[in-house]
Amino acid sequence: MVQTTTAENTLLTALRNGDEAAFVELVERYHGPLRRLARSLGATDSVAEEIVQETWLGALRGLDGFEERSSLKTWLFRILTYQARDRAAREKRSVPFSSLARGGEAGDDAGSVVDPDRFQGEDGCWPEHWATPPRPWSQPHVRLAAMEAREQIRNALTTLPPRQQLVVALRDADGLTSAEVCDILEISEANQRVLLHRGRAAIRNVLEEYIDG
Amino acid sequence: MADKHQHDEVVCQGFVELATDYLEGALPEDRRDLVEEHLVVCDSCKTYLEQIEATVEALPGAGRDEPVPDDTRAALLSAFREWRTER
Repeated sequence: MVQTTTAENTLLTALRNGDEAAFVELVERYHGPLRRLARSLGATDSVAEEIVQETWLGALRGLDGFEERSSLKTWLFRILTYQARDRAAREKRSVPFSSLARGGEAGDDAGSVVDPDRFQGEDGCWPEHWATPPRPWSQPHVRLAAMEAREQIRNALTTLPPRQQLVVALRDADGLTSAEVCDILEISEANQRVLLHRGRAAIRNVLEEYIDG
Repeated sequence: MADKHQHDEVVCQGFVELATDYLEGALPEDRRDLVEEHLVVCDSCKTYLEQIEATVEALPGAGRDEPVPDDTRAALLSAFREWRTER
């Protein structure tokens, strides 16, 4: 469980007292990350903006009932996932959100993250050792910062299975801690790690193809 | 997974499946030691791990957010004022 920090606590108290500056500060702090999450969940720019606005309105409506069992931040992110799910349901889109909290989905925990053919078989000299090892990337920071690579990364992220996409977006794009992500998505640490593992590995595979290809 | 070395050795195919647990510090001590022993002798797995780390760093990070649009801020402020008078 993620507890509210002192700074957040001060903000929350001010907000409950109707302090406009506290609300503005919260919006400045979390609007961008919330919008990024909405986009990671497949919303277009304009829909993402609407979902975040609905999130803020939902937060205001729910503020008096907020019992601080999670931090203000994870509470906001969770409201966003609900808003996004409701919206998708209203629009009758086939959506990632239905599978959010319960159950898995195809690709979540089946199979290997690296093609088994890249390892030596039982009849090789060194079974289970690399047969086709990854080639080192020269200057990865420079190469992955290039516009084209950024596009590849974004595409790779948005084509991940939804639950992996969510976890990678929250952890690696939004920089949330594993405890926060578990809190938002209401999943276990172990489940979170599996999703993170598969998602990161899939994106690495795409980048490897891009760089080596 | 079916890894006949599971208890006494970590080799490449098993390593790639442990990479995240390793980076997250979620491995039991004995498994972590086996992973680290493997990384000392295996440049390819070290490369794989470095590429995972480079991938994580390349994901669009915080701090690159566009500012809150002016009309959004205005709409939210008026919603806030309304909320404040209505409670």
